This record gives sequence, structure tokens and C-alpha cells, in this order.
Amino acid sequence: MTDVVRTGFRPSRIAIYGVLLLACLVYLIPLIIMLITSFKTPMDIRTGNLLALPTDWTVMGWTKAWSTACTGVQCEGVKGYFWNSFKMTVPAVLISTLLGAFNGYVLSKWKFKGSDLMFGMLLFGCFVPFQVVLLPMAATLGKLGLANTTTGLVLVHVIYGVAFTTLFFRNYYVAIPDALVKAARLDGAGFFTIFFRILLPLSTPIFMVSLIWQFTQIWNDFLFGVVFASGDSQPITVALNNLVNTSTGVKEYNVDMAAAMIAALPTLVVYIVAGKYFIRGLTAGSVKG
Amino acid sequence: MEHTQRRPAGVARASSGLMDGLQRWLPKLVVAPTFLLVGIGIYGYMLWTGVLSFTNSSFLPSYEFVGLEQYAKLMESERWLVASWNLAIFGGLFIGICLLIGVVLAIFLDQRIRQEGAIRTIYLYPMALSMIVTGTVWRWILNPSLGLEKLMHDWGWTSFSFDWLVDSDFAIYTIVMAAVWQASGFVMALFLAGLRGVDSSIMRAARVDGASLPMIYWKIILPSLRPVFFSSVMVLAHIAIKSFDLVMAMTSGGPGYSTDLPAVFMYAHTFTRGQMGLGSASAMLMLGAILALLVPYLYSELREKRHD
Repeated sequence: MTDVVRTGFRPSRIAIYGVLLLACLVYLIPLIIMLITSFKTPMDIRTGNLLALPTDWTVMGWTKAWSTACTGVQCEGVKGYFWNSFKMTVPAVLISTLLGAFNGYVLSKWKFKGSDLMFGMLLFGCFVPFQVVLLPMAATLGKLGLANTTTGLVLVHVIYGVAFTTLFFRNYYVAIPDALVKAARLDGAGFFTIFFRILLPLSTPIFMVSLIWQFTQIWNDFLFGVVFASGDSQPITVALNNLVNTSTGVKEYNVDMAAAMIAALPTLVVYIVAGKYFIRGLTAGSVKG
Repeated sequence: MEHTQRRPAGVARASSGLMDGLQRWLPKLVVAPTFLLVGIGIYGYMLWTGVLSFTNSSFLPSYEFVGLEQYAKLMESERWLVASWNLAIFGGLFIGICLLIGVVLAIFLDQRIRQEGAIRTIYLYPMALSMIVTGTVWRWILNPSLGLEKLMHDWGWTSFSFDWLVDSDFAIYTIVMAAVWQASGFVMALFLAGLRGVDSSIMRAARVDGASLPMIYWKIILPSLRPVFFSSVMVLAHIAIKSFDLVMAMTSGGPGYSTDLPAVFMYAHTFTRGQMGLGSASAMLMLGAILALLVPYLYSELREKRHD
């Protein structure tokens, strides 16, 4: 519908661009403030203001945030927690996406009695507030000996992520003609042959959506991290929150901002590189759950 | 498909008995782990929490039933009332402002804008950030002495004062600001997708009839985007009810408990204050709130499908 709107005359065009650019500034300013604060000296922060550029640029804040800042009682920076987050996110993303792909395949192409009910249960599962599962999950992880471990967090993220990934794949595969699958079945192709030879080659976009959605969700998670992990197994989001809330000594905002940037970088990079898929996941996730 | 080789009929038939059985069970076998995980992890645990909410569990789960006592205690708890009231304020403002900003930006972006892709990328990047990161940044921006206030002073507005972050009457609004900053671009994306789906001939016909552009949007186009509107409200309400990270990062519920939300209340009582029964009851009420939203939404969705 864009083609009919070109008739707008000059002043209104300028106003529209003005509003859009102003909005760009509003969205960008917190990121800019985060960046310039992270390169300032504590002295600079006290004398300058939010938008003043550093008088002398320094990476002191970054090195301190990475390796010596205090996150509670320990003062080893966020580096360990950063790697924790990777160790937790990568397996959880891969497992939940693979499970989701197979589930979506079954729930769209190999329907059985009760498969629609299962789909409904998964759909509903996407909406449940996690608060109603925290306590039993904590008890279970304790029983399994997985409390405060990265493995435990991987398990939790797989369980609560698989509903989403299944929906992604199911809705994607529903649009692929059943005739394709039926023809292959008549030719004697089995369950896995059909999946690997016919559906998988068509699935690159939805794999991207699922991988990126899960990566962002799991990397950014705080609730599961703070409830199910402690000390050495905490993910970066929990460490960042501890670092910012540690009230020993003088507050160093450059270190806070550098740590926040470190926590934000992986998802920002993913967003910049593959934003298209991220947006598709967001809209798919919102319409269907 | 060249890879689904036709085997001689005899070979296929010989192994068909066993294979058929396996083939019939294979799909169910493949989804069984998920069924089990989700069945226990979501539905089983939901029930378990429901059971705990009727007990007097404190630091450890106990199974001494006390009926509705925890719910009664919740209703009398000043802190729970503050948390619920905060959710109403936070949710209402967050949803309302996000919708307003999202719709306006989407309509403006739909006017053949140069660099539309770049602008969209900028509006949406906050959605890729953790709420803990967002909270950390906004907490710094709104810092009562060194943040926005100092900036305004340096720029010559010396009487400017902004200490909402530490003012128990206003701190909840700082959370609204940060949340709107994070999620409004997402609403924009939803509405922009909706606008792109509107038939352009409607627009042309209305223009020919002499309707002004704002009038066309207000009377024709926005009403046709009702489904987008509903799904946006759904998602935003869902974010609001579950909001936890942002409060923890910005105020930890403070000053006092003035910025508590139900999710923060639940966490504090269940995991740090040793009142598991009360915490479980609050979790069940959160579930109830989601259901109250979800059921009418799904109902209207299904009804619409039947109309199509």
C-alpha cells in the first residue's frame, strides 16, 4: 500500500522524517551512553555527564569487568560466567531445536490419535508463567543431583523451550504439501528417510528462526539462572545483576556498563548478522504463542 | 524424488510386517520424550505447585494441608496488594504506551521512507537485549545524581530534578520507561507487517473519495488491523505479568517493596523468605491472571477461524 502515499507534500514529509529520526535517537541513546560510559575513567564519570565523550578513552572498565570485578563475594570478573552462558546456551539451543524439528514433523505429517491434543498442550505450555513450575523443578533438580549445575540449566531450558520450537516447525511443515510425503511413502520411503531427504533440505529458514530465537531467549534468561544456579554455575545475566548490585566500595559505572556490554554482545551480534530471522521468530512466536 | 528408490516388490513385502509395525510406532516414539518432559515439567509441576499452595510449606515443602489459608493470607498481605496494584499500573501503562508508539511509528514508516530497513533495525534491537542489560543501563541513565539530572544541569537547566528511581511513589514509572523502550519497537514490527497486508486498493478508493490520510488510517485501516491489535496486547500482557528481570535489575523491588510485581513477590517469598506455601499461592494467582486473558483470546481466535 506504499505506492499511493507518495502524494504527501513537503512539510508533512519533513515532519514524518523528523519523528522517525527522533525515535531512532531515543532507541540508540541508551546504547551510546552504555558504550561511552564504559570507556570513561571513574573520575571522568563524576565530572562529565551522560552524553559527554570520555576525555581520555580507557579500556580499564572492560578489563576490570572481564577479570577482576566483584560479583558478590568473588572478585574474578564476569569471564567465567560468560563461558557458563555459552556452555549452557549452545547445547540447550541445539537439543531443543532438534527435538522441535522432529516433533513438528510428526505433528504435521504423521498425525495420530491424540496428536492434536498434544499440540494444544504445547501451545498452552508457551503461555504458562514459569513461576508455577519453579519450586517443583528446583526440588526435582535437587533430587537428580543437578541443582546448581550447567547440565541442570540445559535440561530446564530444553523443557521450557521445546514447546516454542515445536510450534515453529509444526507451523512451517504444515505449509509443505502432504502429497509430497504421501508420494514418498508409496515409494517405500520410511519415517526418517522422508524427513532427512524431503523435509530437511527445505528447512533452512525455520532452523535459522528456531536457533536464533532459542539462542536469544536462553542467553538472556535470568529467572531460571537465578533460581536454579548458584556460585560457579551462574550464567552471565545473573553475574551482571550481582555485579551491579554489589555494594562494596565506590560504585564504578564504567565497569557496570562494560559488563552490561559484554552480556549484550553475543545477542546483539546475532541480531545484526541475522536480524531477519530474529524478527520472523518474534512475529511467529507472538501470533502462535 | 530420485532418492526414494523403488525396490523390487518382493523385497518390500518380505520385510513389511516388521517394518509396518515399527513405522506405525515410530512417530509416537519420536514425540514421546517431549510429551513426557512437557507433561511432567509443565502440567505435573503446575499441579504440584497448586497442591503446595494449599499447604503450610515454609522453608521446605510440607504436605500439611491448610485449605485456603495461604490465599487468605495473600489477600491480607499489604505487600501482595502493592504488587498487584503495581502490575495494574505497570501493565496498563506499558501496554498502552507501547501500542501508541508502535502504531504511530509503523504508520510513519509505511510512507515510502528511505532507509526503512536501517530504521527498523534500530527500533527493534532492544528486543535482542536481556532485560538485565536494559535495567542496568536505565538505572544508570536515571541515576539521581550523576544521570539525566546532571546532564540537564550541565546543559543549563539547573532547577531540573529527577529522582523517580529512588522515590517510592514514582519508581514504578521508571520501570515502565525502560520496558517501553525495550518492547515498543516490537509492536511497531507487528503493526508494520499488518499494514503491509492491507489491500492498497482500499486506500486508493478512499483517496478518490476525498478522505484525508489521517482519516483513512483512523476509520478504515486501523480497524482492519484488529487481530494485530489483539495479538500485540496478548504478548505485551504476557510480558508484563511475567516481568521479573527488569525490576530485579533496576530496583530489586525497592525502595522498600514499592516496585514489587507479583513475579518478584513470588520469588522473594518462595526462595529467600521461606514461605513456600504463600509463594505457591501467588504463582497460582499469576497463572489465573494469564488464563483470564488467554481463554477469551483463544476463544475469539477459534471463533474467527470458524467464520472464515
